[in-house]
Amino acid sequence: MHNSKEEYLEAIYNLTRGGKAATTSDISKRLNISPSSVTEMFKKLAEDGYITYSPYQGVTLTEQGTALGEKMARKHRLLERFLHDTLKIGKDKVHEEACAMEHTLSDEAERALCLALKYPDRCPDDGKMIPPCNLDFASCQECREWNKGNFRELGKRKKDVISLLELKTNREATIAFIRGGKSMLQRLCDMGLTPGTKITVSRIAPLKGPVEINIRGSKLALGNRIAGNIFVEAPEKCKPPVKKD
Amino acid sequence: MKDAPESAMLIDSSETGSSVTDRRLTLALAGNVNVGKSTIFNQLTGLAQETGNWGGKTVEVKKGTLYHHGLQIDIVDLPGIYSFATYSPEEQITHEYILTQSPDVIINVVDATSLERNLFFTLQLKEMGQPVVLVLNYNDIARKKSINIDTGLLGELLGVPVVDTIAIKGIGVHEFVDKALELLDKSRSNAGKLKYGTEVEQRIDKVIELLNNASPKTASRWLAIQLLEGKNPLSLSEDEKISAVVSQAEKLTGELVSMHGEDISTIISAERYALAASITEKVSSRTSNVKKFSNILDNITLHPVFGYFLFFLTLAAILFVVSLFGEWVTGVIEGFFESFKPEITGPAMDIFWNGGVIGFYAALIVAIGFILPFFLILSWLSESGYLPRIAFLMDRPCHTLGLHGMSSIPLIMALGCNVPACMACRVMNNKRDRLLATFLTTMVPCAARTSIVLGLVGAFIGWQWAVGVLFFQFLLIYLIGLALNKIMPSTSPGIIMEIPEYRWPSLKNVWRQAWLRFKEFLVIGVPLIVIGSIVIEALNVFNWLDYITDILAPVTVSWLGLPAFTGVLLIFGILRKEANLALLISFAGGAAITTIMTPLQMVVFTIVILIYIPCISTIAVLLKETGIKVTALMVLAEIGLAILIGGIAYRLLGLFL
Repeated sequence: MHNSKEEYLEAIYNLTRGGKAATTSDISKRLNISPSSVTEMFKKLAEDGYITYSPYQGVTLTEQGTALGEKMARKHRLLERFLHDTLKIGKDKVHEEACAMEHTLSDEAERALCLALKYPDRCPDDGKMIPPCNLDFASCQECREWNKGNFRELGKRKKDVISLLELKTNREATIAFIRGGKSMLQRLCDMGLTPGTKITVSRIAPLKGPVEINIRGSKLALGNRIAGNIFVEAPEKCKPPVKKD
Repeated sequence: MKDAPESAMLIDSSETGSSVTDRRLTLALAGNVNVGKSTIFNQLTGLAQETGNWGGKTVEVKKGTLYHHGLQIDIVDLPGIYSFATYSPEEQITHEYILTQSPDVIINVVDATSLERNLFFTLQLKEMGQPVVLVLNYNDIARKKSINIDTGLLGELLGVPVVDTIAIKGIGVHEFVDKALELLDKSRSNAGKLKYGTEVEQRIDKVIELLNNASPKTASRWLAIQLLEGKNPLSLSEDEKISAVVSQAEKLTGELVSMHGEDISTIISAERYALAASITEKVSSRTSNVKKFSNILDNITLHPVFGYFLFFLTLAAILFVVSLFGEWVTGVIEGFFESFKPEITGPAMDIFWNGGVIGFYAALIVAIGFILPFFLILSWLSESGYLPRIAFLMDRPCHTLGLHGMSSIPLIMALGCNVPACMACRVMNNKRDRLLATFLTTMVPCAARTSIVLGLVGAFIGWQWAVGVLFFQFLLIYLIGLALNKIMPSTSPGIIMEIPEYRWPSLKNVWRQAWLRFKEFLVIGVPLIVIGSIVIEALNVFNWLDYITDILAPVTVSWLGLPAFTGVLLIFGILRKEANLALLISFAGGAAITTIMTPLQMVVFTIVILIYIPCISTIAVLLKETGIKVTALMVLAEIGLAILIGGIAYRLLGLFL
């Protein structure tokens, strides 16, 4: 039962990432489960506070639900990369394998896997983005150098993060986390994208084109993939932008 | 002058004791990309410039000479750099130049409109203890954007002389040379003024102290910071004492990392930026926040629909203007030289005229008719700031070939002429990208090759076939790009490129930029074309061409199914592709070409001509840009490809034609 809850949240996470709600039939198709069972599970998940469920409109994840759904999606895609890159299992088979393994992968092993694979950002079969971890690091280099023993002592990130690609244009945000190798981090920092810096996205070219950002008083163009690996603190949800002066 | 100033001794130990003015001084221009370095370089050195190698490196820096109050000063224009933690090969050049060549003074050109980012590099220069004169450029644009910079205060805070310039108007340009000369007479002791956060600063001091104890000669603030960053720039660890310092520094780094909870390179960069930001804040005052004209322009030029429309319009206009101009220049130059045409009496005369003179003026036509206008337009676009926008627009399409937006520029230029296009491949900073783009560039049908397609296939078989042949060529380029991308996959993760403000370029500067490249072609390309042309004419005069057609017959006749005489045409085509059509007509002896070639042969011949080898001008440039090995490889690959595809086309198209 627990596993299937995670499966549901992962599926809802994947379907609602674009901002729209997921319907019963979406989930039913995706998980290959009858619509009536899906509706039943929706009720349970809503009771547990993972989703908000309104009949005829579909479901969206709560903060708690997003966290768990994202976690599962991350583990799933990291495992896909591992199965594909390290174990050389075919692209067509990794999804199923990962589905079975993701529920037993501990958070500590998840971190170790991410480090061993050198902070992968896309999954091998469909190129979807691997969500960032929820550990309190500002960069993968920092995570790599962290060696103070007990994993349980590692703090969790206080605020949710979203990538620059998900940030609305012309909305200011603060850089929270940069994913990638040492030289990429160094270059981004040298260009002024140090964690904690305010950044706005002014334009995203169509079809996953480059991203134009404003930082430290000047404009930069970043390749789409690089922009996808720069994460900012997510703006507060469900509240209209309030002008503070 | 009394004693040798300390700075001069540090710079060049072989000349210690000599006064500054006794030897040639070197001033190096360094700074971010697009800050107006080359404009200043042009203002200082006029047209007396050269690109030269240094220290056995194959990469180039631009050099020029300045005559200043009776002094002869070398000016070096270094490629744009953002950080000494280098990322691109171009930055590596600048880094190595500054470290190994120790210029007397570094002229750090800084864009006043984005002071914070520019100061990041200035701070690194200061850390190194380099003698720096800061040149504040584009201050006029900054003022228009209502940013006022207190240059006096900026100089005071940084501990360097600051000169305000408007480079394109030449204002303030000679002033900083005076400042640089003044700087030589002072010792450079003001490096310690700039302080980072206390935690970092304490540890820098500690490392300096440790270094002082271990090896006072090498101790410096820069080295201390490098060691804290976990870099060992001078590979010092051989010395036991110093390797002890290195491991001490590592410990200190560990402390910093655990305090800040960040990676060390992030900490140091953040410290530099914090300092740069605080200096920027102190010296600049923003009177109002005007909606920038540049932003409005970007809403059009980078628009997902209008942006591309405007881009293709610009492209079409460039190709149209250059081809019209080129045609006109061709007529004028040909007419001029042909009016002197002597009666050809003997083989010597024949080789002189048909080889030497015609080769010479053909080269002039390419140079003046195509290369010069292309470079004028390209310089203008580059100075105005439009090129980075093109790169932004074309980045996504280029990704399918594992290239970035920057490579679209040469590929487009190649439609007019491959020669300037190959030279323009330099804008790419990654070697693999440059090679791939250069190769694809030589495959793009230039105006001359397009004219054969239209004049032969289009005129005698039908325009649909002409379009088909051209379409096939583009498809081929795309497929080759895909294949090459598979063989040498892209290693760079994407662009990180500054998008500068739009600026109105100075025509003088545009002209000088174009002239420099044009001159390069005159010096290297023209002699090669003349020599090649003489050799082929000699072969022709002494009737050795028949041997060549015989040798080539197995390929041309048996495999490609072409008439034997095309062997000669293919050889001539190396010189000038467009000459093929004229030669073909002369081979037909006044009759229609259809009498000597079947439609199938025309199509196969055109396909071969399109692919088989870059013209000699392009080869000359390839040699210079990529070296003999790569050039040979590219040429052989293209010949092989032409033969392969031509043969297949002969057999397949035979079913239709």
